[in-house]
Amino acid sequence: MAANIETTPRALSAKVRFAILLLVLVLACVLPFVVSNYRVFQFTLALVYAIALLGLNMLTGYNGQISLGHGAFYAIGAYVAAILMDKFGVPYWATVPAAGAVCLLVGFLFGLPALRLEGLYLGLATFALGVAMPQILKYKYLEDWTGGAQGIVIVKPDAPEWSGLTQDQWLYFVVLLILLVLFVIGWNLLRGRIGRAMVAIRDQPIAAQAMGVNTAMVKSLTFGVSAMYTGIAGALGAIVIQFVAPDSFTIFVSISFVVGVVVGGLASVQGAIYGAVFIQFVPNIADQISKAAPWAIYGVFLILAMYVMPSGVAGLVRIAIGRLRHRHRR
Amino acid sequence: MKFSPDRRATLIAAASAVALFVVAAPAAAQKKYGPGVTDTEIKLGQTMPYSGPASAYGTIGKLQQAYFKMINDNGGINGRKINLISLDDGYSPPKAVEQVRRLVEQEEVLALFQTLGTPSNTAIHKYVNAKKVPHLLLATGATKWADPKNFPWTIGFNLSYQAEGVIYAKYLLKEKPNAKVAILYQNDDYGKDLLKGVKDGLGANGAKMIVAEATYEVTDPTVDSQIVTLQGSGADTFIDITTPKFAAQAIRKAYDSGWKPLHIINNVGASVGSVLVPAGLDKSTGLQTLQYYKDPNDPQWKDDPAMLEWRAFMGRYYREGDPKDAANVYAYLAAQTMVQVLKQCGNDLTRENVMKQVANIKSLRLPLLLPGMALNSSLTDFALVKQGQLARFTGTLWQGFGEVLSTTD
Repeated sequence: MAANIETTPRALSAKVRFAILLLVLVLACVLPFVVSNYRVFQFTLALVYAIALLGLNMLTGYNGQISLGHGAFYAIGAYVAAILMDKFGVPYWATVPAAGAVCLLVGFLFGLPALRLEGLYLGLATFALGVAMPQILKYKYLEDWTGGAQGIVIVKPDAPEWSGLTQDQWLYFVVLLILLVLFVIGWNLLRGRIGRAMVAIRDQPIAAQAMGVNTAMVKSLTFGVSAMYTGIAGALGAIVIQFVAPDSFTIFVSISFVVGVVVGGLASVQGAIYGAVFIQFVPNIADQISKAAPWAIYGVFLILAMYVMPSGVAGLVRIAIGRLRHRHRR
Repeated sequence: MKFSPDRRATLIAAASAVALFVVAAPAAAQKKYGPGVTDTEIKLGQTMPYSGPASAYGTIGKLQQAYFKMINDNGGINGRKINLISLDDGYSPPKAVEQVRRLVEQEEVLALFQTLGTPSNTAIHKYVNAKKVPHLLLATGATKWADPKNFPWTIGFNLSYQAEGVIYAKYLLKEKPNAKVAILYQNDDYGKDLLKGVKDGLGANGAKMIVAEATYEVTDPTVDSQIVTLQGSGADTFIDITTPKFAAQAIRKAYDSGWKPLHIINNVGASVGSVLVPAGLDKSTGLQTLQYYKDPNDPQWKDDPAMLEWRAFMGRYYREGDPKDAANVYAYLAAQTMVQVLKQCGNDLTRENVMKQVANIKSLRLPLLLPGMALNSSLTDFALVKQGQLARFTGTLWQGFGEVLSTTD
């Protein structure tokens, strides 16, 4: 998928890749018409997570910065959307760019001081942000806006009449469209000059600096863009769920994002989709297997995933395609 | 000839069908089923925090599954077994939305029962009302669940915070009409809900009795300064609307500072284990609170038939449950109420009729409620529990005293 993976066997020709992409897109468009509204709702949530994961993957996968607090940006995005809709009557679609802009700014500003921290230390700083977020949302001077512990209930947007879709199907397509736009932007960003700079900083920070990369700027910008993606996902998540409350954004959200990024595949754009499917559906499967200890089952799944696919689902896909090509050549 | 046995069978079947129809017509006409109901099963759904920060409440869902198993072992309700699908929401509102959608759209349950937690229920409130799914006997104390005009498909179970406040006010008006009241409350929806009850209960004239009010935030480290301020107002009665940590601080400070008012602690902060022991049992002696069901730790119910029956149930069907945990009594009461609603429905198990029957509970005297109490509801009144009895802390346990008080009289 991108130029930055050293191991990428230049496996598939552009034509084939385009065909596969088109096929996936067609499948994604057909999906909401063949499954129930409840499933559509679940897939919509998976798409929302995919956007958030792509954001986190830019930071962690490409730029090598660890964030254990991206749930905080997800929460900020969600609250920006909810407050705009609830207090100002802004239409739902207009809240999405607003949430992205706010998170871009917050992420950039948070990124500036956080730059002094490397690796695990940055991880801890972001962890602090993630842990603090639910309590910040209950803070008394913000309570008039955030609704305190009670949160904010949002009206679910109706599909426009011409579409003939249900609310769930409509939201699915809205999220899918935004996801496509963001993925194309992300892909362009990552395979270009900036993407190379990001990877260079991850792998050889000193060499990158010597080559004239403005390390500080690129790092904070990455943090900002990453937060923007996650914030947009948060806004969409709030609209899909129709409710925001501090209890919705515990530290567990942040941890889930990290899990999703690693399971999906670090430094892979498509990995975000695989990771999102994992964090959306595996807890449900685990819950069905064992009511008594669903999280133990989840843990087993996680360990298995790491053993079988040490470089994530995306890595497995890459290896599989490479092997196929190899055999083909012989 | 070849077909004659078949034909005869058909004839007989047809004849008997006609006969049956004539005989059973009225009954058959009444047999109406909504989603999730068959001749042998009634499907209910709930979300519970089996994992996450509120997992201690998970025992409520487990007990209820055990209770319905007992009902089913004894033949079910009108021959139908109750199938309660109880899903984990981890006390997370988005997860609750997802699980409730699964219950309604995939499992197609007849009704939701005892979904737990104010945030989770707030998240699904609009959805279930738009879908017209009975949202029954919610396990939360917020007053907003009793709003049949705007949310005709939602009905709570707990004695609401407002109702609790009203009863404290009525008690004071009756027993201590010259009281000078100081109030401390948590500055959020729960605190304000209970405070509103107190003020509504006191009425315009009684409002003069309140000489001081103070608030605290959940993020505050202590409430010591608030207690000192309230004490300075010269109040002789203290209504303490606080959650466990702050309740313990308030009890200790009100005692240590030498104030020693008539101290009413709200039910939320009245747990012996998590509040009174840390505050000091000697300092807690004389506190008053409100109860509405029998406390399994109270020796006066040791040989109470209802309590014995409950203990027998705990021993046979829910061994892993803690017989000291009052939540298990609460859960049992809610399950009994649900069974009563389903019994009242008879063979008309549509969602509409379930709502009609849950709003038609008349003087339901469940034996684990305090003596003299009964549950009541009507189409305009969705507050099932409206009564409670004051209890005084003896130094070891809460002991009920006086008569059962009600919000309505």
